[in-house]
Amino acid sequence: MSSHSASGAIDHHHDATTSTGIPNKKVFMWTFLASDCMFFGALISMHVVYRIHPPAGSPDPRSIFSIELTSFSTFILLMSSLLMALAVNAIQKGNLRSTRNNLLGTIFFGLIFLACQVYEFQHFVHDRGLTLSSSLFGSTFYTLTGTHGCHVAIGVLWLILMYIRTFKPSDADQSSKPWFIMSIVHLLVFAVAVILGVYVVVDFGHQLHVPTFTIGSFLAGHLLPLIGLAASIAGLMFLGRSRGPVDFDERNAIDVESMGLYWHFVDIVWIIIFPVVYLLEYI
Amino acid sequence: MQAITKSDFIGKDAPVAEKRPLIFTRPTAKTGLVSWLTTVDHKRIGLLYGVSSLIFFLVGGFEALLIRVQLAVPNNTFLSAQAYNELFTMHATTMIFLAVMPLSAAFFNYIMPLQIGARDVAFPRLNGFAFWVFVVGAIILNVGWFVKSGAPDVGWFGYAPLTSTAYSNQFATDMSTDLWVMGLQVLGVSSIVGSLNFIVTIINLRAPGMTMMRLPVFTWMTLITAFLIVLSFPAITIALVALMMDRSFGTSFFEVSNGGLPILWQHLFWIFGHPEVYILILPAMGIISEILPTFSRKPLFGYPIIVFSGAVIGLLGFGVWSHHMFTTGMGTMATAAFSVATMAIAVPTGVKIFNWIGTLWGGQLQMRTPMMFALGFVWMFMMGGLSGIMHSAAPADAQQQDSYFVVAHFHYVLIGGSIFGLLAGIHYWFPLIFGRKVSEAWGKASFWVIFVGFNVTFFPMHFLGLNGMPRRTFTYDGNMGWNSANFIASVGAMILGIGMAVYFVVMLYTYFKGEKVSRDPWGARTLEWSIPNPPPEHNFSVIPTVHARDAFWYEKHHREEIDREKAQHAADEEAHGGIHMPSQSWFPILAATSILIGGLFITNHHFLGAIGGGVLLFIAVYLWAWEGPGGYHLHLDKHGNPIEPKDGHAGH
Repeated sequence: MSSHSASGAIDHHHDATTSTGIPNKKVFMWTFLASDCMFFGALISMHVVYRIHPPAGSPDPRSIFSIELTSFSTFILLMSSLLMALAVNAIQKGNLRSTRNNLLGTIFFGLIFLACQVYEFQHFVHDRGLTLSSSLFGSTFYTLTGTHGCHVAIGVLWLILMYIRTFKPSDADQSSKPWFIMSIVHLLVFAVAVILGVYVVVDFGHQLHVPTFTIGSFLAGHLLPLIGLAASIAGLMFLGRSRGPVDFDERNAIDVESMGLYWHFVDIVWIIIFPVVYLLEYI
Repeated sequence: MQAITKSDFIGKDAPVAEKRPLIFTRPTAKTGLVSWLTTVDHKRIGLLYGVSSLIFFLVGGFEALLIRVQLAVPNNTFLSAQAYNELFTMHATTMIFLAVMPLSAAFFNYIMPLQIGARDVAFPRLNGFAFWVFVVGAIILNVGWFVKSGAPDVGWFGYAPLTSTAYSNQFATDMSTDLWVMGLQVLGVSSIVGSLNFIVTIINLRAPGMTMMRLPVFTWMTLITAFLIVLSFPAITIALVALMMDRSFGTSFFEVSNGGLPILWQHLFWIFGHPEVYILILPAMGIISEILPTFSRKPLFGYPIIVFSGAVIGLLGFGVWSHHMFTTGMGTMATAAFSVATMAIAVPTGVKIFNWIGTLWGGQLQMRTPMMFALGFVWMFMMGGLSGIMHSAAPADAQQQDSYFVVAHFHYVLIGGSIFGLLAGIHYWFPLIFGRKVSEAWGKASFWVIFVGFNVTFFPMHFLGLNGMPRRTFTYDGNMGWNSANFIASVGAMILGIGMAVYFVVMLYTYFKGEKVSRDPWGARTLEWSIPNPPPEHNFSVIPTVHARDAFWYEKHHREEIDREKAQHAADEEAHGGIHMPSQSWFPILAATSILIGGLFITNHHFLGAIGGGVLLFIAVYLWAWEGPGGYHLHLDKHGNPIEPKDGHAGH
């Protein structure tokens, strides 16, 4: 709950209803992130311990990694944090349009990161022979980066739900039926777009290696998914148009901010994983 | 009063809520089964925690009695080796995760918000969720008793390679280890979620004037325990994830044959496991710190030192885990460092003991039943602490490792410490919760039987251990010189069992027929005693303003000033819409149920079913978010009773 009864202006840095002046949700999120630090701390240490004591026959990570691709996706994830910060800033100023655009941007960049990871995993498994059980390096690598990927995926899901939430009509009750059904439809269309989008992009990456690859043959081979993708994006544009006043404004800034804290945290964890797991191998 | 006057509610609620789809109809039952399944009231959730943990306490105690029957005479065949392994594994797991931790959580839930002058915890629905997830974890851990695979049998520490598929098969005969892994994971979720809620509540929901250094010591210990839980459970979560990957997906984190390091499991487990022992003891220390001053008719001696000692214990608790691993050959440097750090923990603990003695010193001691248990705590915990210091010397520990000396030590700190503290707390707060008081004669009788039984059981184990009897072996030969001490211990266990039976029968009798008391029968000092009996759902008719550390003591001696303040605050609050109460909800228990479904499917390797559980969980969480926090306003008449009807308002 934010405080806005008397003057109407909201102070985003002080909540008079709590003892400390910090909103409950923010204290909750910071404490949860402290817990998550220990979580990733244990995972990263496990990877490092086994890199320091590699069993005989461990693969050379440099022969597996594609450092250019991972550098690119790291950069994208870092930039998604910028968009997330802009979204928080926008909603604190009550700028709904900018909030939506920046949320969409964050979602898009998060998905690029995830698509790169899916591509990377498939590439490692099929072309480089690194699987969960092929070596301890595979075990710790996939467990660590996979857990991080799950965090990113949960973050993307949260961002999508928040984005849909910005369309709640101001005249809708907490539980009005039309808005409920519409939000579910919106979510399903989003899910279709995300799944098809990631599928097409990842497959495009794989096809690039095929000698007979042409854009034309790729398009012809993926006609159905591409039509579905285009249709779902059209659906998203239709659902994403402005329709009268909404119940999403400065008072919701704390919700967007909590989500932002999570997103930045997941980003920072990657900023630690990337040098420790990837870059250190090249020294 | 800043909080109320600046809050959202300015007294213009919609009179009646619009018609809602059935799925979002908030349950409003105040009595009956539905009211308990959907409750968000911290007091009811506390009672649910209390009742279920006491049931598991009896189950764990029964398991212990079976163990003692088996060990009463040499070469006994009462239990098979397999059954014995299952029993000691489940005895420890049950007592730690299903009895002591949730019983502490029961007090955190019931007492802590009252002590800080709050009407509920920060996230009431999440609080219900934490409880139901605890129930789910308890079911998953114990379901093995009723299926062919049997109960978990790898010890509560689950050392590799005992947990590997080579020793503990998946499916062919045995999925007990998978149940153990999944059960602990789920219980970890419950503990972390609950603790996050307590932390936010204590930091943010204190009544005006309740500064951090005016918090009752029990609330302080709740805060420190919650931080320990939040920071230590992730380590075991990761260890269990790795173990699950080993067992289900062919990784080799702890498989020696593929280069895995079993010692890594021990490190991860004890990075969680050592803070865990402080998670078990700090709440009891908090309870004792409430009881001793009340029955000594004196303020707590050295309040800031007690609080800081608790915090230092919590902090040092993260730096001593390897003292469980002195015999693993870590190297002299590491062994010496962990040895010294362990000895250092004795200092804040000793400081606390001296502060409690200082509280008693020169007081007018009232030897009531809670006081008896509290004094028993101080003495018995101290004895357990002394044998603990013996373990901290690595050379001595090398001799005591894995012997009954260790068993004696940790039962002195866990029964003589945690359990005595919690039993004292039940007696102490029973009048607050149920408005009745245990008869002194029967209460003291149960104390003495428990006290004698406990010492007769565990004191001989010191000698058994020093004479070389190993832990976790299901029988022993008659010529080892262990016969008489084992027999005495088994007799003591029966006495202890009788004592616990008396305790519980007395407690049940008191609940139905005990002497009725008015509020504040002990003449206590903290705010929980200032509310009427039975406690109303909204706790405080008027949120108190705190002027001193012993807030209720101050109230009792400054009646006029307090009455004036309260009248003013009541008027302020009414002008701002009345007392805001959270609405009940179905979704916490539904979300927890989907975790049960998913969890059981995962342990059985039905991944489609597991995904189904995940989808159900998402739906439950989605609807949970959708229905919103809700809430309604209460208005009180001049006697403090709610006036019907309540007005609903849409949530935020």
